Amino acid sequence: MEFTLWDILRNLLLAARWTIVLSLAGFLFGGIAGGGLLVLRLARRKPLRVVARLYIELFQGTPLLMQLFLVFFGLPLLGLDVQPWLAAGLGLTLAASAYLAEIWRGCVEAIPPGQWDAAASLGLHPFQQARLVILPQALRIAVAPTVGFMVQLVKSTALTSIIGFSELVKTANVINNATFAPFTVYAMLAAIYFALCYPLTAAARALERRLRAPA
Amino acid sequence: MGAGLDFGWLSEAGYVLAHGVATTILLIAVTTLLGGALSVVAAAARRGTVAWLRGLVAGYVELIRNTPFIVQLFFIFFGLPGIGLRLDAIPAAILAMTINLSAYGTEIVRSGLDAVTAGQREAGLALGLRARTVFLRIVLPQAVRAVYPALTSQIVITMLESAVVSQIAVRDLTYEADLIQSRTFRAFETYAVVTVIYLALSLLLRRVLVAGGRRVLGQGAG
Repeated sequence: MEFTLWDILRNLLLAARWTIVLSLAGFLFGGIAGGGLLVLRLARRKPLRVVARLYIELFQGTPLLMQLFLVFFGLPLLGLDVQPWLAAGLGLTLAASAYLAEIWRGCVEAIPPGQWDAAASLGLHPFQQARLVILPQALRIAVAPTVGFMVQLVKSTALTSIIGFSELVKTANVINNATFAPFTVYAMLAAIYFALCYPLTAAARALERRLRAPA
Repeated sequence: MGAGLDFGWLSEAGYVLAHGVATTILLIAVTTLLGGALSVVAAAARRGTVAWLRGLVAGYVELIRNTPFIVQLFFIFFGLPGIGLRLDAIPAAILAMTINLSAYGTEIVRSGLDAVTAGQREAGLALGLRARTVFLRIVLPQAVRAVYPALTSQIVITMLESAVVSQIAVRDLTYEADLIQSRTFRAFETYAVVTVIYLALSLLLRRVLVAGGRRVLGQGAG
């Protein structure tokens, strides 16, 4: 059977859907977990801060591939039947939460401490201080690096091919085995990732520039 | 399957794991040297006077930073033979890691060059030094010192990403772990141990880089 260029491209584009779904899921759930982690990281009680810091250092100091393997082979030990998509989603969520919490911590700590003091002197409860005074300012700074992290997340999904999730890279390997046109297949694969990532990179850069410009 | 964890295999796996660690260290050591040099050359070209070189470097940086490392690795190892360029696994891994590290390194060194005030260069030229000497002896050391912590982090990230080269059968730490777990059927325990080894390696690598930076760049670096 002959494969045309369009056959290869069409199948890769179909697989790109799963790369996009996985990226979005990782960002959504990672963002929620990362928000929780951020609260722990900034907590008054030291044990909470230490736990959050160790979690973040563990995920930033080990290969994502090992994290995926540990989820993929670890959950069955707990008696759970693990499909590749579940291990991929959970692994990326755990990793993304660590990175997002650390990015957002930087944004919160960039707000001058006087803002907390001023909010406290107005009689606001600590949660109100965070929600009404600190967060609106921190969010403004956080947008650009968060979009920048999405580029990293899209690229990270490529590793889930190794635990058997049929996203772009896995599909490219299968197509390559059928077509014996490795140069074309992997060049197209790279081009699709570039098309996914470059707009995010450009957006992050534009947002950062706008933030630096005087308001 | 028994619920308990079993680390009995570990006593016989020491040599194999050590071999994997040695390969991983070799890969990152060579990559750091080659990638560091390429980053400086590319950053100089990015801020140089030749327009097409500036464009070439900008395109290279964007291309690499917007595609996954595993895709770069597969393109080099599986894709290039399609047009007659065949590399063995270890050279392919080192090439992919170097190209990847340098794309980030170029941007980091470039921002360092931008941070050195123009007066430094002008003062050097006013003393009658050659442009090349001014760059190598005056501007570059200050630039690298300013961004050394960022370079260190990027090298550690590259070491962690190198786990992927096991996929083209380079016998690094991850590859040895794959072999061990396929023999012992103790996948979780094997990867848990190897994850801890990677964590130790990343802490160690950071220390070595900071100490090396202090020695070469003087106090205050790292």
